[in-house]
Amino acid sequence: MAVEAAEAKIAPVSGTGKVDGGGFIQAVTSRLVIAVPYFWLLLFFLVPFFIVVKISLSQTAIAIPPYTPVFTASDGPSGWWANVREFSFDNYLWLTQDALYFNAYVTSVIIAAISTVLTLLVGYPIAYGMARAPQSLRPVLLMLVILPFWTSFLIRVYAWIGILKPEGLLNQLLLSIGLFSQPLVILNTYTAIFIGIVYSYLPFMVLPLYASLEKMDNSLIEAAQDLGCTPTAAFWKITFPLSLPGVVAGALLVFIPAVGEFVIPDLLGGSQTLMIGRTLWSEFFANRDWPVSSAVAVILLIILVAPIMYFQRAQAQAQEAGR
Amino acid sequence: MKPLGSIRRSFAPWADPAAKPYIVFENVSKVFGDFTAVDDLSLSIYEREFFALLGASGCGKSTLLRMLAGFETPTRGRILLDGQDLVGIPPYRRPVNMMFQSYALFPHMSVEDNIAFGLKQEGMPKAEIAKRVTEMLRLVKLEAFAKRKPHQLSGGQRQRVALARSVAKRPKVLLLDEPLGALDKKLREETQFELMDLQQDLGLTFMVVTHDQEEAMTMSDRIAIMDKGKVCQVATPAEIYEAPNSRFVADFVGSVNLFEGTVARREGSAAVIEGEGITIDTDNGSDAPAGAKVWYAVRPEKIKVSARAPEVMGPNTAEGEVWDIAYLGDMTLIHVRLPDGRVVRTSQLNRQRVVEEPLTWNDRAWISFARDSGVVLTR
Amino acid sequence: MNRWSRFNIISVTLGFAFLYLPIVILIVFSFNESRLVTVWGGFSTKWYGTLLSNQGLMDAVWVTARVGVISATIATVLGTMAALALTRWTRFRGRLLFSGMVFAPLVMPEVITGLSLLLLFVSLGFDRGITTVTLAHITFTMCYVAVVVQSRLVSFDRSLEEAAMDLGATPTRTFFAITLPLILPAVVAGWMLAFTLSLDDLVIASFTSGPGATTLPMKIYSQVRLGVTPEINAICTILIGIVSLGVLTASVVNKCREVQRRRDEQAAMRA
Repeated sequence: MAVEAAEAKIAPVSGTGKVDGGGFIQAVTSRLVIAVPYFWLLLFFLVPFFIVVKISLSQTAIAIPPYTPVFTASDGPSGWWANVREFSFDNYLWLTQDALYFNAYVTSVIIAAISTVLTLLVGYPIAYGMARAPQSLRPVLLMLVILPFWTSFLIRVYAWIGILKPEGLLNQLLLSIGLFSQPLVILNTYTAIFIGIVYSYLPFMVLPLYASLEKMDNSLIEAAQDLGCTPTAAFWKITFPLSLPGVVAGALLVFIPAVGEFVIPDLLGGSQTLMIGRTLWSEFFANRDWPVSSAVAVILLIILVAPIMYFQRAQAQAQEAGR
Repeated sequence: MKPLGSIRRSFAPWADPAAKPYIVFENVSKVFGDFTAVDDLSLSIYEREFFALLGASGCGKSTLLRMLAGFETPTRGRILLDGQDLVGIPPYRRPVNMMFQSYALFPHMSVEDNIAFGLKQEGMPKAEIAKRVTEMLRLVKLEAFAKRKPHQLSGGQRQRVALARSVAKRPKVLLLDEPLGALDKKLREETQFELMDLQQDLGLTFMVVTHDQEEAMTMSDRIAIMDKGKVCQVATPAEIYEAPNSRFVADFVGSVNLFEGTVARREGSAAVIEGEGITIDTDNGSDAPAGAKVWYAVRPEKIKVSARAPEVMGPNTAEGEVWDIAYLGDMTLIHVRLPDGRVVRTSQLNRQRVVEEPLTWNDRAWISFARDSGVVLTR
Repeated sequence: MNRWSRFNIISVTLGFAFLYLPIVILIVFSFNESRLVTVWGGFSTKWYGTLLSNQGLMDAVWVTARVGVISATIATVLGTMAALALTRWTRFRGRLLFSGMVFAPLVMPEVITGLSLLLLFVSLGFDRGITTVTLAHITFTMCYVAVVVQSRLVSFDRSLEEAAMDLGATPTRTFFAITLPLILPAVVAGWMLAFTLSLDDLVIASFTSGPGATTLPMKIYSQVRLGVTPEINAICTILIGIVSLGVLTASVVNKCREVQRRRDEQAAMRA
């Protein structure tokens, strides 16, 4: 019995031995397909996060680069250890002491959450309408949703400045039809940020919603109505629950980047509004305080870790289901 | 034993002890995680044989085929082709070709490029490739379609391109995975005979996987019935049908009536079986000793149904009532319910247009069958 | 979904009006004679003329184009490899981490990606400039390419590859003769996406670029901060035009192919 098992183990090996050089090259090639992108992402995506963490524990210095300690290969292990002992949580302490940061985090999350809900409210009817459109029209509509996604984010945000300005087109319109006598102040308020986020992220919401609504079998609705549901009840009991994966995917695609959004609060929110992306930016570019901006980034990442993991799981599941 | 069925075979290397098998599966197992797809299976197939693996989906027949093609590696065991161990040889170096269930025609290549693909991989000279492709196109009657792309062909044409492509390299074995599964019924019947002719003309060994018993019965020299990763029986179509070796095989191929009983007496191969409400006297008694529990399997068409009682109510007869009738044109299915509630399925060939005394629901009816109509099964 | 109710039509129409009106307004005012962006002063193309003479802007265009083409090309290769790795190898050591690293950049706030890459480049002692921007763009755009190509690979009929190998093609040859030609539309779409993302990116480029490597979005951003001007509208219009033309051409070509294909199939069925 044991001999047989041993033979069984050896047999495939000796079999492989008969394969000529091609087998080796194939094996190497297939390894490379995984290894090259893997190491690229390790180096340029994962390692940088550890550096951010490391620098967030360092001290600000007037030097190039503007922090200490700087790790160099020449320090050797003992030098590195000395450097590690210099690490401190001062920057994090600083973040807790200044209410500005705390407020910025809270505001960012709240703004992102409200914007996500608004985007869902705006996006759902659009996606639903698209999914019910005649078959021949759907590709065109889909194309029209995707097209703005391809055009520059910056440009689309910029387009709203001209509309929302006190002397902008929206106020011109509102004044001319006599709805208001005074121009509304929208630019440089949170309202402008909401408009900007909803506008910019709308395609991210509509696409997953449309995908989940479009593939839904209409006979389900017909069956529900046949069994006595009103159209409204059928929507809430059948359509909406079945579109939930799309809702979740869309909401995460809006919420996560919106928390750290920089361009929209910067261009539409003005200096009064407080969002963490802007705080990080100004900490880095205006104050040149790399350790503090790193600490800001680390906290932001900690806030977003849960939704990002959730997003990844949802993606992986969708991929499995697609198989 | 007299030959079974209505065919006399001249090609039967499996009956010749001196013949050397061409393909040998030797205690082959394939385990996926905790699922055993193929379980310690051994099988021999002979050169020029048209061999069918028949079984329900998930019985391991496709896995077996894919192991021969090289897409799966056996967990245990050896696969020999013409004396050469195939385990460890990648699919692109095996002298076998496969016709895929989906046909797997390369959508971006024309019909002739599809057929030439394998020849190009061999490094065959261009002129020779062209000659072979023309020959193949003629063989499958698609000369006029050489420049077409697969999507410009009908289902039947695609099937023929797939066939031409897989035989172009003159493989030692052609593997066919549900070759006719995607065709409609009428086309399927025609194609069955075309495939058989092609196999004869080219002199190739064919190994076909199918779940369609009619397809397997029509085309193959021998059939292996598979279940749960094991082979239940390997035999000619007639043997499978007329002499199944187990209740599973009897039930899987065609329709069957099973009478449970105990062997009362036996004399040579003849036996008398006492069943519930029926005594069976048969001359195909298998080797079950007296007292053994057995099943007598008899096919519906071997049972006679009569509206009149036989002169003697001896063995192999029973009285019942007509329970269900289905008129199918060429034959009529009559289900007769015995007093104990068992329903016996029979099928009566409609040889006459006009029947004197047709049976109807709830009529008294008597069933009877000859001594050699069925087989005794011990498992 | 057989009935297109009035409610559906209205919501779709309003939705698209919301999506497109700001862009249309932006384009319209790029042809405004007046310097004031919000007051119509007659049709003119003079702002397009001034663009050409703006040396700083032209430099930025050149930088952006180079970064875009190089990063999109490398990102397409890497992203396609990543997509293959994820779809073809269902289990290898660290696969979970790998798929995490592919999906995370899609939602990662740009400020974090930008900052972390900058800190990496500083730690490695790289001089900030076109190279670092390109490396940064490769990293975040390859993930988009991977997702686009992956969605094609998931629906790819593996038996085509098996058939090729069965006919004697090695895995490498199978990839180049069968797989690549068939996923090519997705690969091209991935390249276009990577290119436009690189073209659009402000935040990551701002962090990772150095002196002399100002990209177009950075240039636009610095001017936008000073106020809305018709020149910006003009350059934005050109950008929108180029991208829309590319995307529309691609989709029309696709559509035509599909229609032709369907027609062929119907013809084959009739025959």
